Amino acid sequence: MPDLNLVQAINLALRRAMADDPTVLVLGEDVGINGGVFRATDGLWKLYGDSRVLDTPLAEAGITGVSIGLAAQGFRPVLEIQFSGFAYACIDQILNHASRLRKRTMGRLTCPMVLRSPTGGGIHAIEHHSESPEAMFAHIPGLKVVIPSSPQGAYGLLLAAIRDPDPIIFLEPTRLYRSAKDEVADDGASIPLGRCIVLRTGRDVTLVSWGGMVKDTLEAANRLATDHRIDAEVIDVATLKPLDSATVIDSVKRTGRLVVVHEAPLTCGFGAEIAARVAHQALTSLLAPIERVTGCDTMMPYPRLEHLYMPQAERIAEAVRRTVAYS
Amino acid sequence: MDSPYRVLGPDGRAIGALPTFAKDVDELTKLYRAMVLTRTFDTKAIALQRTGRLGTYASSLGQEAVSVGVAAAMQLSDVLLPSFREHGAQLWRGVTLEELLLYWGGDERGNAFTGPREDFPNCVPVGSHAPHAVGVALAFRLRNEARAAVCIFGDGATSKGDVAEALNLAGVWKAPVVFVVNNNRWAISIPVAKQTAAPTLAQKAFAAGIPGSQVDGNDVIAVRATLERALERARAGAGPSMIEALTYRLSDHTTADDASRYRSDEDVSKHWAEEPILRLRSYLFALRAWDKEREEALLLSCGQDVERAAAAYLDSELQPAAAMFEHTYAELPTDLVEQQTGAVSYLRGL
Ligand SMILES: Cc1ncc(C[n+]2csc(CCOP(=O)(O)OP(=O)(O)O)c2C)c(N)n1
Ligand SMILES: [Mg+2]
Repeated sequence: MPDLNLVQAINLALRRAMADDPTVLVLGEDVGINGGVFRATDGLWKLYGDSRVLDTPLAEAGITGVSIGLAAQGFRPVLEIQFSGFAYACIDQILNHASRLRKRTMGRLTCPMVLRSPTGGGIHAIEHHSESPEAMFAHIPGLKVVIPSSPQGAYGLLLAAIRDPDPIIFLEPTRLYRSAKDEVADDGASIPLGRCIVLRTGRDVTLVSWGGMVKDTLEAANRLATDHRIDAEVIDVATLKPLDSATVIDSVKRTGRLVVVHEAPLTCGFGAEIAARVAHQALTSLLAPIERVTGCDTMMPYPRLEHLYMPQAERIAEAVRRTVAYS
Repeated sequence: MDSPYRVLGPDGRAIGALPTFAKDVDELTKLYRAMVLTRTFDTKAIALQRTGRLGTYASSLGQEAVSVGVAAAMQLSDVLLPSFREHGAQLWRGVTLEELLLYWGGDERGNAFTGPREDFPNCVPVGSHAPHAVGVALAFRLRNEARAAVCIFGDGATSKGDVAEALNLAGVWKAPVVFVVNNNRWAISIPVAKQTAAPTLAQKAFAAGIPGSQVDGNDVIAVRATLERALERARAGAGPSMIEALTYRLSDHTTADDASRYRSDEDVSKHWAEEPILRLRSYLFALRAWDKEREEALLLSCGQDVERAAAAYLDSELQPAAAMFEHTYAELPTDLVEQQTGAVSYLRGL
């Protein structure tokens, strides 16, 4: 099996999905001859040409709307938005149309589309290029929100997303595009959506994270094990919506402690939803207050300060030590 | 730009060459019936709303020729993406009177059309359906189907980015789509002069490299003929176009609006002289293809159809609470099933 980075895994999944299903189309700005600004669609245009790989004009809302029309007609468009900071322009189309077309027509028209977009900070990009809008999308009924944290995960989750009958926001951690490497099996196997992935089992505390933060969370867990003999369980949420709360709640019932990690701002971040569900369903198991280690309620800083904004392994470990010290 | 295409003058006299279909009196009476049915429905819908039995409703009074003319030019295999004021087009295409009442009465079953299964439901966020039409049209092109999408929106919608983006996208891809601007001169209280400095709305197509033209939107013959040409062009692969149909909103914006706050009765009454039903009726009368008896019979039969539909609508049972959840996803996720179960059992306990 080849060692692939996350972009290459996305590319592989797109190739597989397009080969398997002639209704799968790829569209977006620069996705054709240029292969996408991150090369996620590299080579697809050569294979399939203009009829299945469509370079679009620069019009985020418009091309989201076009994807909705294509999906209603039985295609499975996979739309690339170059950075998730530009996906805000798509929210009207996603919220008012994609997510509710099935409901509004009682299933007469459906919207099996995937909006792929790089997400998160850590690549020292110019402003607007390091956003983490997952909670905004997760608030929308009728939508699914998926964020992989590894190349193999990206491959399997993207295949599942493309094959899913409903609209999906698929956010790809930019920071992992080239830094994460996995052996990726091109076996066409999808990873089921709506299930958390337990990456490390542990007895003392449950760490929950997704996307680019999973790496730092695992690093914190490893440090805690060696330096403090704290045995942390690490859960990658993978699908934010619909949320597999059962896996998190079962874990917290065993460990009694919960730390949620994300780089999006604190207030109304998706960590709040997880904390609320755990407080509701596992309150009596909790031995310490739930901790959230997150970005701040500020604008994502310009690159020179972004490392101070984003949760680091040490900040995560410190929050864990607080919960352990509590009782 | 040429002056708006027109076949019948406001007095119902032919002032231009008749398109072929208009030489067939049966075709004309079909158009006439459809407009009268639309207006009969409109009157009933307003009456139901005023008596608390229908939700807020957007009247199409005076605009029937746009709706009916556009739909009459379409084939059933084309796809319509309407705004929210095109009841006439929906009826022509097979949406039932009862479905329309269900929709405006606040029931999702009104959008599950048993008729034109691929047509889009009404679009309430103004203009946001324009790019969907490009997607639908692109789907036709990619599958080499000789079909076209028709997207109708108002004058107000032409100020939106969605419409500008859709025109541009359609132009680039030569998508088989026809955009119809139903220019009823008002967007709630905003007249077209406050909407744009452009002298016409049709010219907004030019910047996207696609043809735009104006038609007298109170002349159903002209509307249908113009749309037929645009649709043939689109289906033949020659690309999109935009038609601005000039009409006038004789009613309030919706039943929730009071237009006397921003326009006078005198302004409005001028436009009654140009309305589309009277115009075609005068023409048919002059041809001796229509008379008082036929008119009365038609009004009676439209009235009966509408009353039957209203009775069925008023008799329809509410959907159960569980229906709120259905169709949110192809398969309801566990947490939504829990919410559904909770809601159903709570409501049962009341
Ligand atoms: C995006 C959006 N903004 C505002 C509204 C509220 N609104 C409903 S209809 C309307 C005016 C629309 O005017 P026009 O496009 O000319 O269509 P008409 O109502 O005249 O048929 C407005 C402002 C809306 N539905 N959607
Ligand atoms: Mg208007």
